[in-house]
Formats: sequence, C-alpha cells, structure tokens
Amino acid sequence: MSAFLVRRLLTLAATLLAASLVIFVVVEVLPGDPARTILGPEADPEAVAALRVRLGLERPPAARYLAWVGGLLGGEFGVSYTYHVPIGGLLAERLAITLPLAAVAMALTTAIALSAGVYAAARRGSAGDVAVMALTQLGIAVPGFWFAILLILLFAVELGWFPAGGFAGWDAGIGAALRSLVLPAIALALVQAAILARVTRSAVIEVLDEDFMRTARAKGLSRRAALWRHGLRNALVAVVTVMGLQFANLTAGAVVLENVFALPGLGRLAFQAISQRDLQLVRDVVLLFAVVVVAVNFLVDLLYAVIDPRVKLSA
Amino acid sequence: MMGSSRGASTASLWVGGGLVGVVIAAALVSLAWTPHPPTAMALSERLQGPSAVHWLGTDHFGRDVATLLMAGARTSIVVGVIAVGLGFVIGVALGVLAAARRGWLDELVMRLCDITFALPAVLSAILLTAWLGPGPATAIVAIGVFNIPVFARIARGAALTIWPREFILAARVAGKGAFRITLEHVLPNIASVLLVQATIQFAIAILAEAALSYLGIGTQPPAPSWGRMLNEAQTFMYLAPGLAVYPGLAIVIAVLGLNLLGDGLRDALDPRLARGR
Repeated sequence: MSAFLVRRLLTLAATLLAASLVIFVVVEVLPGDPARTILGPEADPEAVAALRVRLGLERPPAARYLAWVGGLLGGEFGVSYTYHVPIGGLLAERLAITLPLAAVAMALTTAIALSAGVYAAARRGSAGDVAVMALTQLGIAVPGFWFAILLILLFAVELGWFPAGGFAGWDAGIGAALRSLVLPAIALALVQAAILARVTRSAVIEVLDEDFMRTARAKGLSRRAALWRHGLRNALVAVVTVMGLQFANLTAGAVVLENVFALPGLGRLAFQAISQRDLQLVRDVVLLFAVVVVAVNFLVDLLYAVIDPRVKLSA
Repeated sequence: MMGSSRGASTASLWVGGGLVGVVIAAALVSLAWTPHPPTAMALSERLQGPSAVHWLGTDHFGRDVATLLMAGARTSIVVGVIAVGLGFVIGVALGVLAAARRGWLDELVMRLCDITFALPAVLSAILLTAWLGPGPATAIVAIGVFNIPVFARIARGAALTIWPREFILAARVAGKGAFRITLEHVLPNIASVLLVQATIQFAIAILAEAALSYLGIGTQPPAPSWGRMLNEAQTFMYLAPGLAVYPGLAIVIAVLGLNLLGDGLRDALDPRLARGR
C-alpha cells in the first residue's frame, strides 16, 4: 500500500507544480500593472515605480515565482490589491460557501443518479428504463445556468419559497444559509446526475451478467439484495471514476452558477479578481481550484484501491 | 433485444438529425431573411408578449425575439464549428503522433492533457478574456483549447488499438513509414470514433458558448447570442418571464439534437460499441 501511496503522492505533487507554473506564466502575460491598479489611473509615474519596487515586481520572474510558491507552502497567501485584506482569510470565507454548495450538489447527484441508474438497469428495456434514459438525455442537454433561471422563476418569483439570489451568511443561522444554497445546488446537480445515472446504468448492466451475481442469487439473496450488495459494489469503480471527473465539472459549474445566484463564493471571487486585475488574488484562486481538482482525483485513486483491492497490485 | 436497440438507435439518428437540421436551417435562413431586422429596436414595442407581428414577443429594446433566436443559431454554429475544428485538428494530430512514437513524447502529450484537465475550463476562459478581451474569438480559443486534450486522448486510445493489427504489420513490411501508415491506415480506421466524439464536443461547445456569453465574456452586443439573451432576460424576469424561456429551449434543441445524432452515429458506424453499452 505504501509504494502505491507514494507513487500517487508524487504524481499529485508533480501535477500541482506544473499547474502552478502554467498559472504563473499565464498571469505574467496578462496585461495590467498591479501597482497602477492599486494607485489608480491618475497616479504619479514615480509613485507607481516606487510601489513596483516595494511589491517586488522589478525582480526577475523566476525569483517571483519562487517567492510565490514558497509563500504558499508557508501558508502566506499575500494581500489582495482590491479587497485590501489577507488573501488567506478571503479564500477561507469564500470556500465556506463554495464547498458546502459543491458537497450538497454532489450528494444530490449521487442520490438521484444511483437510484435512477440501478432502477433502469434492473428493468432494462422496460418502459421505466426508456423513461429514465430519455430524461437523462434531456438533462444532459439543459444548460445548468438556464435551469437555474427556470428554478428562480418558479420557486423564487412565483412561489417565493427560496431567495432568488444572494447569500444569507452563516451568521444568519444554518437554516437561512442552506436555504440560499438549495436552488444553486439543484441546478448544479441536474446535469451531473443525468450523466452519472447513465454511467451507473451501463456499469450495473455489465455486472448483472457476471457469474458472481448468479452465485449471490443461488446462495439465497433476493434479486434486490444481490443487486444493491454485489451489483452496485462492483459497478462502483466506473461510477467513482466519473464522480471524480464530475467534481471538477462541479467546481467549474459553480463559477457560472454563483454568478446566476449572486453567491459570494470562490467562483464569483475568481471572476471578479480577473475583471479587476487583482493578479495576486487571481493566481491564488485559480491554483486553489486546481488543488481541489487534483486532490479529488487523488482521493478517487485511493478509493479505487478500497473498492477493488486488485488495483493496488497492478499499480 | 437487438431489434429494439437497433430501432432505438435509428430513432436517435433521425430525431437528432431532424433537430440539428432545424437549427442549421434557422441559421441559414437568417442569412437571407428574418421576420424583422435583427438589430432593429422599437422602444415603444418593448417587452411585448407573442403576437401575429412578433411571434415570440419582443425584448427590452423592442427587438423581435424570434429573429434574435434565428440569428443566435448562426453565432452558436460558427463558434462551435471553429472551436471544435481547432481542437479536432490539433488534438487528433497530437494523439496519433503520441500513439505512433510512444515513449517520452507519448508521456509528454498525456501529461499536458492532465494539466489542462486540472484547470477548470471556465476559469481558463475568463483568464483568456483578461488577456484577449471579451468577444467571440476569445470564446472560440477558450473552447478550442479544451477540445485539444479530449481529441488527443480519444485519437491516441483508438490509434493504439489499430497499431498492433496485422494490416499495419503488413504495411510496415512493405516499407511504409510511421507517418504514411498513420495517414493511410490509422486515421481511416479511427475516423468513425472521432466523428462521433466531434458531434458530442459540438454539443458541449454550444453549451460553453452560451455560458460564456451569459457571463458577458463571449459574444458581445449587438451580435445576437442565446447566452447573452438569457443574461438580459434575467434582469426582466419579473416583467417578461417568457424571455428567459425561449433562448434556453433553443439551446436544448441544438444540444439534444447533436447528442442524439452522436448516439445514433455511434451505433450506425460501430455495431460493436452499440452492443457493449
């Protein structure tokens, strides 16, 4: 297990290193001078030059890259030019919205997709199967942000059950805060659930033909018990792979949906940081997104080994 | 069972083809004729409901919604075709090269794909906007770049299954080089897989273009775009909820059509894949 773990950790570190380099280079070539951003367009050129020196912008790129990564490793994220606060705190504050949103959406996705997928697989070819497949086909074609607008129209404008946007804040109580996350989470989950349901269905159908399923039935398990206990477990490798990929899509989808619902999460922060040329913040936010994606892929790799012990041997 | 699944795949092909046909026809017709001029504003007729004059009503500038939808189809198709074409050409070239050469080159191409996948596509598109400025070209580049690793992986995976085949060995014995073998034997054999993927990527590109234009970094006004229409509709949601419905339906028709077409094509071109699913 340890060799497997070390190998995966090394891949993780290498990917993050490469991602940080790419992000640094991309932000380097972005037009806009942070010193001018801070001082405003009317600022005295000498003051701008002085600030550039103070911010360390006159140092060679390699030195600045090392200073950035070194700072991050030491837990030092720098200060946002536009918000004038330490970036670490800012990221934590925004993560407190985006992470619960993604988690609720992922939970919804899993619950809908597994039940619909297993249901359709067990009744392959029936009217129920056809209906589930048709619905998933439709779900994949619906843009998440449009579905979000429709949800707002129905549940916020017409019925008034949920807020049309904004975030109540965790200080307002868990109930109020969660209420602002319900519609965004549903909108996020729809497309992902449709994709995952299709994957679950084909994975379970493949497993249904296996010998061990016949054995499970022969030893007296009901069809239902055999399906959930043995069928789903063996179909999980494919399902978990797709779930890992989906989590990345989910964080990306959050960027759009946080804008639809005016939620002050990480995605909206990234969007605003880029449009306001807050380059230090841009680098940190984009890297944080990459860290989340890579970390989830790492967890998926570990999960494989838990679900299917054969994976460790072949690693 | 075989019979019914073949029937379903034929249905996918026809329904998908039909929906895509409607969207393409709307775009083509809009080049020559639209119910009203696409940019004609009439503030006295703003936010009207459907009528004989304005089939789907008017927006907040008094522009005809049906006209905007037709012209918007054009934007979606142009951005989608160029973006997917870009990703297709570069991605397939990298993929078949990696499969033909293997070794460090293969490793390099695949790791580059991994890194691209680690960066959320929407964020990279926004970064690109900060660099190139908002506009359709930015959307095309952003969507195109994310198509490269998709096609590279598919092309590489498919090509790797072709290389060990006997007819490749025969071609090698006949003295053909890797480049000629790739061109004459590998590419024709993986073309159907790539075509199916291209159809699906086209659907994803239409969704992406809509999302980017919704965020305000894709197609810019006054050029009509479905995503842009949804963005503007959200402001007038309380006054004219219909405005937020039609552009979304147009997107669903285009994307659903392309996905069904892709499924149908896959089953028609490769019966082995159809049975495996």
